Amino acid sequence: MRVRSLILRIVRQFFRDKRTLALMILAPLLILWLVALIFNGNTYHPKIGAVDIPRQIVTRLVNQGAVVESYSSNAAALNALSLQKLDAAISFADGVPHITLEGSNPSKSKTVLLLAQKVLLQPANPMPSQMQPPVIRYLYGSANMSSFDNFGPVLIGVFAFFFVFLIAGIAFLKERTTGTLERLMATPLRRWEMVAGYVVGYGIFTMIQACLIAWFSVGVLGMMMNGQFLYLLLVTLLLSMTALTLGTLLSAFANSEFQMMQFIPIVIVPQIFFSGLFSVDNMAPWMRRLSEIMPLYYGADALRNVMIRGKGFLAIWPDLCVLLAMSLVFMALNVFALRKYRKI
Amino acid sequence: MHGEQTSQLQPGIKVIHVDKKFGKVSVLKDITMEVKANEIFGLLGPSGSGKTTLVKLIAGMAEPSNGEVYVSGVRMPNLNMLNNIGYMAQSDALYSELTALENLAFFAALVGLNGAVRKQRIEEVTQLVNLANFLKRPIATYSGGMKRRLSLAIALLHRPEILILDEPTVGIDPVLRKSIWDELRNLSQSGTTILLTTHVMDEAEKCTRLGMIRDGRLIAVGAPDELKQSAGSQSLEDAFLVYGGVRK
Repeated sequence: MRVRSLILRIVRQFFRDKRTLALMILAPLLILWLVALIFNGNTYHPKIGAVDIPRQIVTRLVNQGAVVESYSSNAAALNALSLQKLDAAISFADGVPHITLEGSNPSKSKTVLLLAQKVLLQPANPMPSQMQPPVIRYLYGSANMSSFDNFGPVLIGVFAFFFVFLIAGIAFLKERTTGTLERLMATPLRRWEMVAGYVVGYGIFTMIQACLIAWFSVGVLGMMMNGQFLYLLLVTLLLSMTALTLGTLLSAFANSEFQMMQFIPIVIVPQIFFSGLFSVDNMAPWMRRLSEIMPLYYGADALRNVMIRGKGFLAIWPDLCVLLAMSLVFMALNVFALRKYRKI
Repeated sequence: MHGEQTSQLQPGIKVIHVDKKFGKVSVLKDITMEVKANEIFGLLGPSGSGKTTLVKLIAGMAEPSNGEVYVSGVRMPNLNMLNNIGYMAQSDALYSELTALENLAFFAALVGLNGAVRKQRIEEVTQLVNLANFLKRPIATYSGGMKRRLSLAIALLHRPEILILDEPTVGIDPVLRKSIWDELRNLSQSGTTILLTTHVMDEAEKCTRLGMIRDGRLIAVGAPDELKQSAGSQSLEDAFLVYGGVRK
Protein backbone atom coordinates (compact mmCIF):
# COMPACT_ATOMS: atom_id res chain seq x y z
CA MET A 1 0.00 0.00 0.00
CA ARG A 2 2.69 2.47 1.02
CA VAL A 3 4.87 1.18 -1.78
CA ARG A 4 2.01 1.77 -4.21
CA SER A 5 1.61 5.41 -3.22
CA LEU A 6 5.37 5.85 -3.49
CA ILE A 7 5.31 4.42 -7.01
CA LEU A 8 2.38 6.63 -7.96
CA ARG A 9 4.26 9.67 -6.69
CA ILE A 10 7.41 8.80 -8.64
CA VAL A 11 5.44 8.30 -11.85
CA ARG A 12 3.63 11.62 -11.37
CA GLN A 13 6.88 13.44 -10.69
CA PHE A 14 8.51 11.92 -13.72
CA PHE A 15 5.71 13.03 -16.02
CA ARG A 16 6.00 16.59 -14.67
CA ASP A 17 9.68 16.63 -15.57
CA LYS A 18 9.37 16.28 -19.31
CA ARG A 19 12.99 17.02 -20.03
CA THR A 20 14.36 14.26 -17.88
CA LEU A 21 11.78 11.92 -19.34
CA ALA A 22 13.00 12.85 -22.81
CA LEU A 23 16.63 12.42 -21.81
CA MET A 24 16.03 8.93 -20.52
CA ILE A 25 13.83 7.79 -23.39
CA LEU A 26 15.03 9.69 -26.44
CA ALA A 27 18.72 10.38 -25.80
CA PRO A 28 19.79 6.71 -26.13
CA LEU A 29 17.88 6.49 -29.43
CA LEU A 30 19.55 9.63 -30.76
CA ILE A 31 23.03 8.42 -29.88
CA LEU A 32 22.45 4.93 -31.27
CA TRP A 33 21.21 6.50 -34.48
CA LEU A 34 24.34 8.67 -34.74
CA VAL A 35 26.61 5.69 -34.14
CA ALA A 36 24.73 3.73 -36.78
CA LEU A 37 25.21 6.57 -39.26
CA ILE A 38 28.94 6.63 -38.64
CA PHE A 39 29.70 2.91 -38.68
CA ASN A 40 27.05 1.57 -40.97
CA GLY A 41 28.28 3.66 -43.91
CA ASN A 42 29.68 2.10 -47.07
CA THR A 43 33.24 0.82 -47.24
CA TYR A 44 35.91 3.45 -47.48
CA HIS A 45 37.38 4.28 -50.88
CA PRO A 46 41.02 5.19 -50.37
CA LYS A 47 42.43 8.05 -52.41
CA ILE A 48 45.63 7.01 -54.12
CA GLY A 49 48.04 9.13 -56.10
CA ALA A 50 49.66 7.26 -58.99
CA VAL A 51 53.06 8.46 -60.20
CA ASP A 52 53.87 7.01 -63.54
CA ILE A 53 52.54 3.50 -63.01
CA PRO A 54 51.32 1.05 -65.66
CA ARG A 55 47.80 1.65 -66.92
CA GLN A 56 46.68 -1.91 -66.15
CA ILE A 57 47.58 -1.49 -62.49
CA VAL A 58 45.65 1.76 -62.31
CA THR A 59 42.62 -0.01 -63.78
CA ARG A 60 42.92 -2.78 -61.25
CA LEU A 61 43.25 -0.29 -58.39
CA VAL A 62 40.08 1.42 -59.54
CA ASN A 63 38.31 -1.90 -59.84
CA GLN A 64 39.24 -2.67 -56.25
CA GLY A 65 37.53 0.53 -55.14
CA ALA A 66 40.32 3.08 -55.00
CA VAL A 67 40.05 6.62 -56.22
CA VAL A 68 43.16 7.08 -58.33
CA GLU A 69 44.67 10.36 -59.41
CA SER A 70 47.70 10.61 -61.62
CA TYR A 71 50.67 12.76 -60.70
CA SER A 72 53.52 13.68 -62.98
CA SER A 73 56.23 13.59 -60.33
CA ASN A 74 56.95 12.13 -56.92
CA ALA A 75 57.24 15.61 -55.45
CA ALA A 76 53.77 16.60 -56.62
CA ALA A 77 52.28 13.42 -55.15
CA LEU A 78 54.09 13.90 -51.83
CA ASN A 79 52.85 17.45 -51.69
CA ALA A 80 49.25 16.30 -52.18
CA LEU A 81 49.87 13.66 -49.52
CA SER A 82 51.07 16.25 -47.01
CA LEU A 83 47.99 18.35 -47.73
CA GLN A 84 45.89 15.27 -46.89
CA LYS A 85 44.36 15.15 -50.35
CA LEU A 86 45.63 11.59 -50.69
CA ASP A 87 45.87 8.57 -48.42
CA ALA A 88 48.82 7.09 -50.29
CA ALA A 89 51.08 7.63 -53.24
CA ILE A 90 52.34 4.74 -55.40
CA SER A 91 55.31 4.93 -57.69
CA PHE A 92 57.72 2.50 -59.35
CA ALA A 93 61.44 2.63 -59.07
CA ASP A 94 63.43 -0.01 -60.94
CA GLY A 95 60.29 -2.11 -61.28
CA VAL A 96 59.71 -2.16 -57.53
CA PRO A 97 56.51 -0.49 -56.34
CA HIS A 98 56.99 2.16 -53.66
CA ILE A 99 54.05 3.09 -51.47
CA THR A 100 54.09 6.21 -49.31
CA LEU A 101 51.28 6.37 -46.80
CA GLU A 102 49.81 9.45 -45.19
CA GLY A 103 49.77 7.22 -42.14
CA SER A 104 48.00 9.21 -39.45
CA ASN A 105 44.92 7.01 -39.55
CA PRO A 106 45.79 3.34 -39.10
CA SER A 107 42.50 2.06 -40.48
CA LYS A 108 42.92 4.04 -43.70
CA SER A 109 46.51 2.83 -43.97
CA LYS A 110 45.34 -0.75 -43.56
CA THR A 111 42.72 -0.31 -46.26
CA VAL A 112 45.35 1.01 -48.66
CA LEU A 113 47.83 -1.75 -47.89
CA LEU A 114 45.24 -4.47 -48.27
CA LEU A 115 44.17 -3.06 -51.58
CA ALA A 116 47.73 -2.60 -52.82
CA GLN A 117 48.60 -6.15 -51.86
CA LYS A 118 45.68 -7.50 -53.86
CA VAL A 119 46.61 -5.48 -56.90
CA LEU A 120 50.40 -5.56 -56.85
CA LEU A 121 51.15 -9.06 -55.60
CA GLN A 122 48.70 -11.00 -57.73
CA PRO A 123 50.63 -11.11 -60.98
CA ALA A 124 53.89 -12.02 -59.26
CA ASN A 125 52.27 -14.81 -57.33
CA PRO A 126 49.50 -16.23 -59.46
CA MET A 127 47.32 -18.86 -57.96
CA PRO A 128 48.05 -22.34 -59.27
CA SER A 129 45.20 -23.16 -61.56
CA GLN A 130 44.50 -26.49 -59.92
CA MET A 131 43.83 -24.89 -56.54
CA GLN A 132 40.19 -23.99 -55.95
CA PRO A 133 39.28 -20.84 -54.03
CA PRO A 134 38.44 -21.75 -50.41
CA VAL A 135 34.86 -22.26 -49.36
CA ILE A 136 34.10 -19.79 -46.60
CA ARG A 137 31.46 -20.41 -43.98
CA TYR A 138 30.42 -18.31 -40.99
CA LEU A 139 29.45 -19.99 -37.75
CA TYR A 140 27.90 -16.73 -36.61
CA GLY A 141 27.48 -13.44 -38.39
CA SER A 142 27.93 -13.12 -42.13
CA ALA A 143 30.20 -11.63 -44.79
CA ASN A 144 28.25 -8.40 -44.91
CA MET A 145 28.12 -7.92 -41.17
CA SER A 146 29.19 -4.37 -40.42
CA SER A 147 31.21 -3.32 -37.38
CA PHE A 148 28.04 -1.63 -36.12
CA ASP A 149 26.41 -5.06 -35.99
CA ASN A 150 29.32 -6.25 -33.90
CA PHE A 151 29.33 -3.61 -31.22
CA GLY A 152 25.69 -2.51 -31.55
CA PRO A 153 24.53 -4.99 -28.89
CA VAL A 154 27.15 -3.65 -26.50
CA LEU A 155 26.03 -0.10 -27.21
CA ILE A 156 22.43 -1.00 -26.39
CA GLY A 157 23.69 -2.17 -23.03
CA VAL A 158 25.94 0.85 -22.48
CA PHE A 159 23.25 3.43 -23.14
CA ALA A 160 20.52 1.63 -21.26
CA PHE A 161 22.90 1.39 -18.31
CA PHE A 162 24.28 4.90 -18.45
CA PHE A 163 21.05 6.89 -18.60
CA VAL A 164 19.20 4.82 -16.04
CA PHE A 165 22.15 4.96 -13.65
CA LEU A 166 22.40 8.70 -13.87
CA ILE A 167 18.72 9.58 -13.74
CA ALA A 168 17.71 7.16 -11.00
CA GLY A 169 20.81 8.11 -9.01
CA ILE A 170 20.10 11.83 -9.23
CA ALA A 171 16.41 11.35 -8.44
CA PHE A 172 17.24 9.43 -5.29
CA LEU A 173 19.88 11.98 -4.41
CA LYS A 174 17.33 14.77 -4.79
CA GLU A 175 15.21 12.99 -2.24
CA ARG A 176 18.13 13.28 0.15
CA THR A 177 19.13 16.87 -0.60
CA THR A 178 15.61 18.31 -0.41
CA GLY A 179 15.04 16.69 2.97
CA THR A 180 12.10 14.64 1.76
CA LEU A 181 13.92 11.39 2.46
CA GLU A 182 14.39 12.41 6.07
CA ARG A 183 10.74 13.46 6.20
CA LEU A 184 9.70 10.07 4.83
CA MET A 185 11.69 8.41 7.57
CA ALA A 186 9.45 10.19 10.07
CA THR A 187 6.51 8.23 8.63
CA PRO A 188 5.98 4.51 9.13
CA LEU A 189 7.44 3.88 5.66
CA ARG A 190 9.92 1.05 6.01
CA ARG A 191 13.36 1.31 4.49
CA TRP A 192 12.85 -1.65 2.18
CA GLU A 193 9.56 -0.12 1.05
CA MET A 194 11.41 3.01 0.09
CA VAL A 195 13.90 1.04 -2.02
CA ALA A 196 11.19 -1.17 -3.51
CA GLY A 197 9.12 1.88 -4.45
CA TYR A 198 12.03 3.36 -6.32
CA VAL A 199 12.89 0.12 -8.06
CA VAL A 200 9.34 -0.37 -9.30
CA GLY A 201 8.60 3.32 -9.97
CA TYR A 202 11.72 3.87 -12.01
CA GLY A 203 11.49 0.31 -13.24
CA ILE A 204 8.38 1.31 -15.19
CA PHE A 205 10.28 3.94 -17.13
CA THR A 206 13.27 1.65 -17.43
CA MET A 207 11.01 -0.92 -19.05
CA ILE A 208 9.65 1.64 -21.54
CA GLN A 209 13.21 2.70 -22.30
CA ALA A 210 14.40 -0.88 -22.76
CA CYS A 211 11.52 -1.65 -25.15
CA LEU A 212 12.16 1.49 -27.18
CA ILE A 213 15.90 0.96 -27.44
CA ALA A 214 15.47 -2.67 -28.47
CA TRP A 215 12.79 -1.87 -31.03
CA PHE A 216 14.72 1.09 -32.43
CA SER A 217 17.99 -0.82 -32.78
CA VAL A 218 16.47 -3.77 -34.56
CA GLY A 219 13.44 -2.30 -36.29
CA VAL A 220 14.73 1.08 -37.36
CA LEU A 221 18.52 0.85 -37.44
CA GLY A 222 18.42 -2.69 -38.75
CA MET A 223 20.99 -4.03 -36.30
CA MET A 224 21.76 -7.70 -36.79
CA MET A 225 19.24 -9.71 -34.81
CA ASN A 226 19.40 -13.48 -34.95
CA GLY A 227 17.79 -14.34 -31.64
CA GLN A 228 14.46 -13.85 -29.94
CA PHE A 229 13.34 -10.30 -29.40
CA LEU A 230 11.99 -11.31 -26.02
CA TYR A 231 15.46 -12.28 -24.81
CA LEU A 232 16.86 -8.99 -26.00
CA LEU A 233 14.19 -7.22 -23.92
CA LEU A 234 14.86 -9.40 -20.92
CA VAL A 235 18.60 -8.74 -20.94
CA THR A 236 18.18 -5.00 -21.48
CA LEU A 237 15.65 -4.81 -18.68
CA LEU A 238 17.77 -6.72 -16.19
CA LEU A 239 20.83 -4.67 -17.08
CA SER A 240 18.85 -1.44 -16.56
CA MET A 241 17.65 -2.82 -13.25
CA THR A 242 21.26 -3.24 -12.16
CA ALA A 243 21.95 0.34 -13.24
CA LEU A 244 18.89 1.54 -11.33
CA THR A 245 19.82 -0.20 -8.10
CA LEU A 246 23.49 0.74 -8.38
CA GLY A 247 22.64 4.38 -9.12
CA THR A 248 20.31 4.71 -6.15
CA LEU A 249 22.83 2.97 -3.92
CA LEU A 250 25.75 5.17 -4.97
CA SER A 251 23.70 8.32 -4.51
CA ALA A 252 24.18 7.65 -0.79
CA PHE A 253 27.82 8.54 -1.29
CA ALA A 254 27.21 11.78 -3.14
CA ASN A 255 26.24 15.08 -1.59
CA SER A 256 25.22 16.85 -4.76
CA GLU A 257 24.35 16.26 -8.38
CA PHE A 258 27.88 17.33 -9.20
CA GLN A 259 29.31 14.57 -7.05
CA MET A 260 26.91 12.12 -8.68
CA MET A 261 28.42 13.08 -12.04
CA GLN A 262 31.82 12.16 -10.63
CA PHE A 263 30.74 8.54 -10.61
CA ILE A 264 30.66 8.56 -14.41
CA PRO A 265 34.45 8.22 -14.88
CA ILE A 266 34.68 5.81 -11.96
CA VAL A 267 31.69 3.56 -12.52
CA ILE A 268 30.60 3.96 -16.13
CA VAL A 269 33.73 4.51 -18.21
CA PRO A 270 35.73 1.48 -16.95
CA GLN A 271 32.70 -0.69 -17.61
CA ILE A 272 32.58 0.52 -21.20
CA PHE A 273 36.22 -0.47 -21.65
CA PHE A 274 35.59 -3.92 -20.25
CA SER A 275 32.23 -4.45 -21.90
CA GLY A 276 33.65 -5.98 -25.05
CA LEU A 277 33.55 -2.82 -27.12
CA PHE A 278 37.33 -3.07 -27.15
CA SER A 279 39.30 -6.25 -27.05
CA VAL A 280 40.87 -6.88 -23.66
CA ASP A 281 42.77 -9.97 -24.82
CA ASN A 282 46.13 -8.16 -24.62
CA MET A 283 45.56 -7.06 -21.06
CA ALA A 284 47.28 -8.74 -18.12
CA PRO A 285 45.13 -11.71 -17.09
CA TRP A 286 44.50 -10.44 -13.56
CA MET A 287 43.31 -7.13 -14.94
CA ARG A 288 41.06 -8.85 -17.42
CA ARG A 289 39.32 -10.46 -14.49
CA LEU A 290 38.18 -7.03 -13.37
CA SER A 291 35.40 -7.39 -15.90
CA GLU A 292 33.87 -10.03 -13.68
CA ILE A 293 32.64 -7.42 -11.23
CA MET A 294 31.13 -5.23 -13.91
CA PRO A 295 27.43 -5.57 -14.69
CA LEU A 296 27.87 -4.26 -18.20
CA TYR A 297 30.22 -7.12 -19.06
CA TYR A 298 27.51 -9.68 -18.36
CA GLY A 299 24.84 -7.62 -20.08
CA ALA A 300 26.94 -7.12 -23.20
CA ASP A 301 27.89 -10.79 -23.31
CA ALA A 302 24.25 -11.84 -23.17
CA LEU A 303 23.21 -9.24 -25.73
CA ARG A 304 25.85 -10.45 -28.21
CA ASN A 305 24.84 -14.03 -27.66
CA VAL A 306 21.24 -13.20 -28.44
CA MET A 307 21.65 -10.72 -31.26
CA ILE A 308 24.71 -11.95 -33.17
CA ARG A 309 24.84 -15.63 -32.28
CA GLY A 310 21.08 -16.09 -32.09
CA LYS A 311 21.33 -18.08 -28.88
CA GLY A 312 18.50 -18.81 -26.54
CA PHE A 313 17.82 -18.85 -22.84
CA LEU A 314 20.26 -21.68 -22.16
CA ALA A 315 23.19 -19.54 -23.26
CA ILE A 316 22.23 -16.37 -21.42
CA TRP A 317 20.81 -17.55 -18.13
CA PRO A 318 24.14 -17.43 -16.26
CA ASP A 319 24.52 -13.78 -17.29
CA LEU A 320 20.94 -13.04 -16.30
CA CYS A 321 21.46 -14.67 -12.92
CA VAL A 322 24.53 -12.54 -12.24
CA LEU A 323 22.66 -9.36 -13.19
CA LEU A 324 19.72 -10.31 -11.01
CA ALA A 325 21.99 -11.17 -8.10
CA MET A 326 23.84 -7.87 -8.44
CA SER A 327 20.54 -5.95 -8.43
CA LEU A 328 19.44 -7.74 -5.28
CA VAL A 329 22.74 -7.08 -3.56
CA PHE A 330 22.63 -3.39 -4.48
CA MET A 331 19.06 -3.18 -3.18
CA ALA A 332 19.97 -4.84 0.10
CA LEU A 333 22.95 -2.52 0.51
CA ASN A 334 20.72 0.46 -0.17
CA VAL A 335 18.24 -0.63 2.48
CA PHE A 336 21.22 -0.79 4.81
CA ALA A 337 22.58 2.59 3.68
CA LEU A 338 19.25 4.20 4.56
CA ARG A 339 20.05 3.48 8.19
CA LYS A 340 21.79 6.80 8.07
CA TYR A 341 18.34 8.37 8.13
CA ARG A 342 16.57 6.06 10.51
CA LYS A 343 17.97 3.17 12.43
CA ILE A 344 14.86 1.03 12.23
CA MET B 1 -5.10 7.12 15.84
CA HIS B 2 -6.22 7.82 19.37
CA GLY B 3 -6.89 5.18 21.92
CA GLU B 4 -3.97 2.81 21.47
CA GLN B 5 -3.58 0.93 24.68
CA THR B 6 0.04 1.67 25.27
CA SER B 7 -0.60 5.37 24.79
CA GLN B 8 -3.10 5.45 27.61
CA LEU B 9 -0.62 4.09 30.07
CA GLN B 10 2.03 6.78 30.00
CA PRO B 11 1.00 9.62 27.76
CA GLY B 12 3.46 12.30 26.81
CA ILE B 13 7.19 12.19 26.16
CA LYS B 14 9.98 11.17 28.48
CA VAL B 15 13.65 11.81 27.81
CA ILE B 16 16.01 10.21 30.31
CA HIS B 17 19.73 11.01 30.52
CA VAL B 18 20.13 11.29 26.79
CA ASP B 19 23.48 11.94 25.12
CA LYS B 20 23.94 12.23 21.40
CA LYS B 21 27.31 12.22 19.72
CA PHE B 22 28.11 12.53 16.03
CA GLY B 23 31.56 11.03 15.82
CA LYS B 24 33.48 12.85 18.53
CA VAL B 25 31.22 15.88 18.58
CA SER B 26 28.81 15.81 21.47
CA VAL B 27 25.58 17.50 20.42
CA LEU B 28 23.33 16.65 23.35
CA LYS B 29 24.63 16.22 26.89
CA ASP B 30 22.65 14.41 29.55
CA ILE B 31 19.19 15.69 28.67
CA THR B 32 16.40 14.65 30.99
CA MET B 33 12.96 16.12 30.50
CA GLU B 34 9.31 15.29 30.32
CA VAL B 35 6.53 16.57 28.15
CA LYS B 36 3.21 15.96 29.85
CA ALA B 37 0.11 14.92 28.02
CA ASN B 38 -1.84 17.75 26.41
CA GLU B 39 0.71 20.45 27.04
CA ILE B 40 2.44 22.65 24.54
CA PHE B 41 6.10 22.28 25.34
CA GLY B 42 8.52 24.69 23.73
CA LEU B 43 12.22 24.05 23.23
CA LEU B 44 13.85 27.44 23.23
CA GLY B 45 17.40 27.92 22.13
CA PRO B 46 19.67 29.47 19.53
CA SER B 47 20.41 27.67 16.29
CA GLY B 48 23.06 25.03 16.76
CA SER B 49 22.00 24.40 20.35
CA GLY B 50 20.79 20.86 19.60
CA LYS B 51 17.03 21.46 19.38
CA THR B 52 16.57 19.71 16.07
CA THR B 53 18.73 16.76 17.13
CA LEU B 54 16.66 16.31 20.29
CA VAL B 55 13.46 16.54 18.31
CA LYS B 56 14.69 13.91 15.85
CA LEU B 57 15.52 11.54 18.68
CA ILE B 58 11.98 11.92 19.97
CA ALA B 59 10.51 11.49 16.50
CA GLY B 60 12.38 8.20 16.22
CA MET B 61 14.61 9.22 13.34
CA ALA B 62 17.82 8.78 15.30
CA GLU B 63 19.01 6.77 18.26
CA PRO B 64 20.50 8.37 21.35
CA SER B 65 24.14 7.47 22.05
CA ASN B 66 23.18 7.02 25.69
CA GLY B 67 19.92 7.20 27.59
CA GLU B 68 16.32 6.49 26.71
CA VAL B 69 13.47 8.21 24.93
CA TYR B 70 9.86 7.20 25.52
CA VAL B 71 6.85 8.41 23.57
CA SER B 72 3.51 7.41 25.08
CA GLY B 73 5.35 4.85 27.12
CA VAL B 74 7.01 3.23 24.11
CA ARG B 75 10.78 3.19 23.84
CA MET B 76 11.92 5.04 20.73
CA PRO B 77 12.84 4.49 17.98
CA ASN B 78 9.77 2.40 17.25
CA LEU B 79 8.26 2.09 13.81
CA ASN B 80 4.66 1.55 14.90
CA MET B 81 4.82 4.60 17.10
CA LEU B 82 5.48 6.76 14.05
CA ASN B 83 1.80 6.46 13.18
CA ASN B 84 1.01 8.38 16.37
CA ILE B 85 3.52 11.13 15.77
CA GLY B 86 3.05 14.09 13.49
CA TYR B 87 6.37 15.60 12.47
CA MET B 88 7.07 18.86 10.76
CA ALA B 89 10.69 19.27 9.76
CA GLN B 90 12.63 22.49 9.90
CA SER B 91 13.09 22.56 6.15
CA ASP B 92 10.00 22.06 4.06
CA ALA B 93 10.27 18.57 2.72
CA LEU B 94 7.84 18.78 -0.18
CA TYR B 95 7.89 17.57 -3.77
CA SER B 96 8.07 20.75 -5.77
CA GLU B 97 6.94 19.22 -9.09
CA LEU B 98 3.72 18.00 -7.51
CA THR B 99 0.68 20.00 -6.49
CA ALA B 100 -0.22 20.59 -2.87
CA LEU B 101 -3.04 18.09 -3.17
CA GLU B 102 -0.72 15.43 -4.55
CA ASN B 103 1.75 16.05 -1.73
CA LEU B 104 -1.02 15.74 0.84
CA ALA B 105 -2.41 12.59 -0.76
CA PHE B 106 1.02 10.99 -0.82
CA PHE B 107 1.82 11.63 2.82
CA ALA B 108 -1.74 10.68 3.80
CA ALA B 109 -1.27 7.31 2.13
CA LEU B 110 2.00 6.76 3.98
CA VAL B 111 0.29 7.15 7.34
CA GLY B 112 -2.49 4.83 6.25
CA LEU B 113 -5.29 7.23 5.32
CA ASN B 114 -7.35 6.18 2.34
CA GLY B 115 -10.54 6.83 0.46
CA ALA B 116 -13.17 9.06 2.00
CA VAL B 117 -11.27 9.55 5.27
CA ARG B 118 -8.25 10.79 3.40
CA LYS B 119 -10.34 13.22 1.38
CA GLN B 120 -12.05 14.55 4.45
CA ARG B 121 -8.84 14.97 6.43
CA ILE B 122 -7.15 16.76 3.54
CA GLU B 123 -10.09 19.16 3.40
CA GLU B 124 -9.96 19.78 7.12
CA VAL B 125 -6.25 20.42 7.43
CA THR B 126 -6.05 22.64 4.37
CA GLN B 127 -8.94 24.73 5.67
CA LEU B 128 -7.03 25.03 8.89
CA VAL B 129 -3.87 26.39 7.31
CA ASN B 130 -5.79 28.47 4.81
CA LEU B 131 -4.60 26.73 1.67
CA ALA B 132 -7.89 25.34 0.40
CA ASN B 133 -7.82 27.60 -2.66
CA PHE B 134 -4.30 26.75 -3.69
CA LEU B 135 -4.41 22.97 -3.70
CA LYS B 136 -4.11 22.57 -7.45
CA ARG B 137 -0.94 24.63 -7.69
CA PRO B 138 2.46 22.98 -7.91
CA ILE B 139 4.63 23.58 -4.84
CA ALA B 140 7.24 25.26 -7.03
CA THR B 141 4.89 28.26 -7.20
CA TYR B 142 4.36 28.40 -3.43
CA SER B 143 5.86 31.08 -1.20
CA GLY B 144 7.95 30.16 1.83
CA GLY B 145 5.05 30.77 4.19
CA MET B 146 2.68 28.66 2.12
CA LYS B 147 5.14 25.77 2.15
CA ARG B 148 5.43 26.07 5.92
CA ARG B 149 1.67 25.89 6.24
CA LEU B 150 1.44 22.91 3.96
CA SER B 151 4.11 21.12 6.00
CA LEU B 152 2.05 21.77 9.09
CA ALA B 153 -1.07 20.47 7.36
CA ILE B 154 0.78 17.27 6.44
CA ALA B 155 1.91 16.80 10.05
CA LEU B 156 -1.72 17.10 11.20
CA LEU B 157 -3.23 14.74 8.61
CA HIS B 158 -3.52 11.62 10.73
CA ARG B 159 -4.63 13.35 13.95
CA PRO B 160 -1.43 12.34 15.74
CA GLU B 161 -1.53 12.28 19.50
CA ILE B 162 2.00 13.62 19.59
CA LEU B 163 2.79 16.59 17.41
CA ILE B 164 6.44 17.53 16.90
CA LEU B 165 7.03 20.84 15.15
CA ASP B 166 10.50 22.09 14.30
CA GLU B 167 10.32 25.89 13.96
CA PRO B 168 6.71 25.82 12.79
CA THR B 169 5.96 29.50 12.27
CA VAL B 170 9.07 30.75 10.45
CA GLY B 171 8.02 32.91 7.53
CA ILE B 172 4.34 32.96 8.43
CA ASP B 173 2.63 36.32 8.70
CA PRO B 174 1.33 37.48 12.13
CA VAL B 175 -2.36 36.99 11.32
CA LEU B 176 -1.88 33.43 10.22
CA ARG B 177 0.58 32.78 13.01
CA LYS B 178 -2.12 33.73 15.49
CA SER B 179 -4.63 31.39 13.87
CA ILE B 180 -2.09 28.57 13.89
CA TRP B 181 -1.42 29.16 17.58
CA ASP B 182 -5.17 29.15 18.25
CA GLU B 183 -5.35 25.82 16.49
CA LEU B 184 -2.39 24.43 18.44
CA ARG B 185 -4.23 25.35 21.66
CA ASN B 186 -7.38 23.66 20.38
CA LEU B 187 -5.40 20.56 19.55
CA SER B 188 -3.76 20.46 22.96
CA GLN B 189 -7.10 20.92 24.68
CA SER B 190 -8.56 18.04 22.71
CA GLY B 191 -5.75 15.78 23.83
CA THR B 192 -2.75 16.32 21.57
CA THR B 193 0.68 16.64 23.13
CA ILE B 194 2.71 19.23 21.29
CA LEU B 195 6.46 19.67 21.28
CA LEU B 196 7.80 22.56 19.27
CA THR B 197 11.11 24.31 18.85
CA THR B 198 11.52 28.02 18.49
CA HIS B 199 14.08 30.74 18.82
CA VAL B 200 11.45 33.50 18.92
CA MET B 201 10.92 34.71 22.48
CA ASP B 202 7.35 35.96 22.15
CA GLU B 203 6.35 32.63 20.71
CA ALA B 204 7.98 30.87 23.63
CA GLU B 205 5.72 32.88 25.97
CA LYS B 206 2.71 31.07 24.53
CA CYS B 207 3.89 27.59 25.51
CA THR B 208 2.56 25.80 28.57
CA ARG B 209 6.10 24.99 29.57
CA LEU B 210 9.50 25.71 28.18
CA GLY B 211 12.81 23.98 28.03
CA MET B 212 15.78 26.25 27.48
CA ILE B 213 18.58 24.57 25.61
CA ARG B 214 22.07 25.84 25.00
CA ASP B 215 25.17 24.03 23.72
CA GLY B 216 23.40 20.70 23.99
CA ARG B 217 22.44 21.14 27.62
CA LEU B 218 19.02 21.74 29.03
CA ILE B 219 19.62 24.78 31.22
CA ALA B 220 16.12 25.35 32.56
CA VAL B 221 12.62 23.88 32.42
CA GLY B 222 9.36 25.46 33.58
CA ALA B 223 6.38 27.60 32.69
CA PRO B 224 7.40 30.91 31.07
CA ASP B 225 6.32 32.95 34.08
CA GLU B 226 8.09 30.66 36.55
CA LEU B 227 11.28 30.89 34.56
CA LYS B 228 11.19 34.68 34.49
CA GLN B 229 10.34 34.85 38.17
CA SER B 230 13.03 32.58 39.46
CA ALA B 231 15.59 34.27 37.25
CA GLY B 232 14.37 37.60 38.51
CA SER B 233 14.15 39.00 35.02
CA GLN B 234 11.52 40.88 33.04
CA SER B 235 11.74 38.95 29.82
CA LEU B 236 12.45 35.40 28.69
CA GLU B 237 15.46 36.71 26.85
CA ASP B 238 16.97 37.95 30.10
CA ALA B 239 16.01 34.73 31.83
CA PHE B 240 17.78 32.77 29.12
CA LEU B 241 20.95 34.78 29.72
CA VAL B 242 20.72 34.19 33.45
CA TYR B 243 20.27 30.44 33.10
CA GLY B 244 22.94 30.32 30.47
CA GLY B 245 25.34 31.75 33.05
CA VAL B 246 26.05 34.81 30.94
CA ARG B 247 24.31 37.19 33.37
CA LYS B 248 24.12 36.83 37.13
